[in-house]
Amino acid sequence: MIQHIASWPVLIPMLSAILLLMPPCGKSIPIRRAVSMIMSLLTSIISLVLLVYVYQNGPIVYAIGGWQAPFGIVLVADLLSVLLVALTSFLALSVALYSSVGDDEKGSFFHPLLHFLVLGVNGAFLTGDLFNLFVFFEVLLIASYSLLMHAGDKHKTRAALQYVILNLIGSSVFLIALGILYGVLGTLNIADMSQKVSMLQGDDVFLAKIGGLLLLVVFALKGALLPLHLWLPNTYASAMPVVAALFAIMTKVGVYAMLRVYTVIFGENAGLLNHMAQPFLWGLAIATIAIGAIGVLAAQDLRKLTANLVVVSVGTLVALVAIQHVSATAALLYYLVHSTLICAALFLIADLISHQRGKVADRLAPGRGVGQPILLGACFIIAALAVVGMPPLSGFIGKIWILKTTLGSERALVFWPVYLIASFALLVALSRAGTSLFWERKHQDRDHLEVDNAKPLQVIAVIGLLACSPLMVIFAGPITEYMIAAATQLHDISSGINTVLKGGL
Amino acid sequence: MELLYASCVGVLVTCGIYLLLRARTFPVVLGLTMLSYAVNLFLFSAGRLTINKAVVLGTGADYADPLPQALVLTAIVIGFAMTAFVVILAIRGRADLGNDHVDGHLVKSNNKEQK
Repeated sequence: MIQHIASWPVLIPMLSAILLLMPPCGKSIPIRRAVSMIMSLLTSIISLVLLVYVYQNGPIVYAIGGWQAPFGIVLVADLLSVLLVALTSFLALSVALYSSVGDDEKGSFFHPLLHFLVLGVNGAFLTGDLFNLFVFFEVLLIASYSLLMHAGDKHKTRAALQYVILNLIGSSVFLIALGILYGVLGTLNIADMSQKVSMLQGDDVFLAKIGGLLLLVVFALKGALLPLHLWLPNTYASAMPVVAALFAIMTKVGVYAMLRVYTVIFGENAGLLNHMAQPFLWGLAIATIAIGAIGVLAAQDLRKLTANLVVVSVGTLVALVAIQHVSATAALLYYLVHSTLICAALFLIADLISHQRGKVADRLAPGRGVGQPILLGACFIIAALAVVGMPPLSGFIGKIWILKTTLGSERALVFWPVYLIASFALLVALSRAGTSLFWERKHQDRDHLEVDNAKPLQVIAVIGLLACSPLMVIFAGPITEYMIAAATQLHDISSGINTVLKGGL
Repeated sequence: MELLYASCVGVLVTCGIYLLLRARTFPVVLGLTMLSYAVNLFLFSAGRLTINKAVVLGTGADYADPLPQALVLTAIVIGFAMTAFVVILAIRGRADLGNDHVDGHLVKSNNKEQK
């Protein structure tokens, strides 16, 4: 019975999305909001239970419909996937809370789409089959297309059109890659593929290499890696901030897919295709950090700045994927959790600030002061310190850990300068942003103007996200232990294969 | 048969990519459709092209690989839904932005053509 829990993080969002479309929730706004919040809370609790269970009892392999691993589709709940599932569910809960004071009524079907997106993301993290990964990608993409158009206007339509077309091309490339890999390997189960890829010989090696690198193109597009990152700043800045906060997890799906495919399938045991994507990943990641930092410096408003921060974090994460070492992967996981939560919080803070500054909104220009300078200022400075990586917040530990894992190899010669200069650029850009948002004012008496105060639910959501940063420092011991265990499990490929192929339910 | 099949896929991909690179939404949508047809054919051939093989029923020893067929079916359904979505979005874009350029504004030479 307890084994079935592996499928719940996928099933519960699906159930709640359907419930939210049914009559009592479809008609009345308060009921819809209440159901959405309760179901998000339920998803989070289930994810946490799953995380604790997997941490204590080892990975769960859930064979859907009782079809065993290489033939049927399996869900694999190992330490890595349950961590990301828990992160997604928590982020969705914060977004559901934040949106429930008005943002959700600016368009239709916000809450059902939110749950469909969680269904797609959780499914993508849990699945043990590449074709199933494609299907979950499409589920989360179609939900994201509609969410992007939520409360639509001209800018959103243009951004959405480009985003949709790019992702449709990406899906076609994904399918071609899957076709090639299936033709060569005769399987699409990740564990089975990693077993068979080492036995390839002759021309098949080159075919598999083409397939693997086409997959890299797709994941780079989803994760916004350098030449394919151009869609991200525009899309995230034109989406509603609450939607953009939810999208903070979506680039991480691309990073997760890279981590899984290039560690397990084309990793250490891949025979002739050993660490095939590493050189590409490393160079592109460094370039992504640099271009993201330039974007942060050039940004004219807080939302675009945050969108570029997402690009920087993707670059950092992919650089760690390229190193392919247990300690690098552990640092990656810590940094991934931290950066997702903080970037989401920054999008929400940008929304609060822009509501209180009237026409200037979140542009970095002198204007009306914010209505609640102490609350928003404190939130902003915590988020900024965390994202730049200053002590005493979680960004600092993440940064030190990342720098430590690269130390001692010739990689440090490239990575350290780029990463540290980028951090400095972030520091400069965020202090400038804070100064102009909070201190530069036109002389206007703001008492005569209506101030759109932050609602309690919004404040709870933002503080909930921000509180994770100090918590990740206070509980750094157990958390790092978990990350190291998850990374070790991912890199222990042969025992991973054994669990999946023989341990089916 | 292999040559004919491969050139079909190749021609479809070429046309698809050419159309994708156009700047108007209608050719782009057509290009996407062609590309997804090519992808479906390609996926189907991943299980190797064979003639006169049985479906996977009963206990026959010689049968066609059923998995690519399942994959193609899924890909067709998803491709259909996505195409429908992008068509609606293109129409919405035409209405919101006043033209069907993917960037939302016309280049000067295009303006002259229209006149």
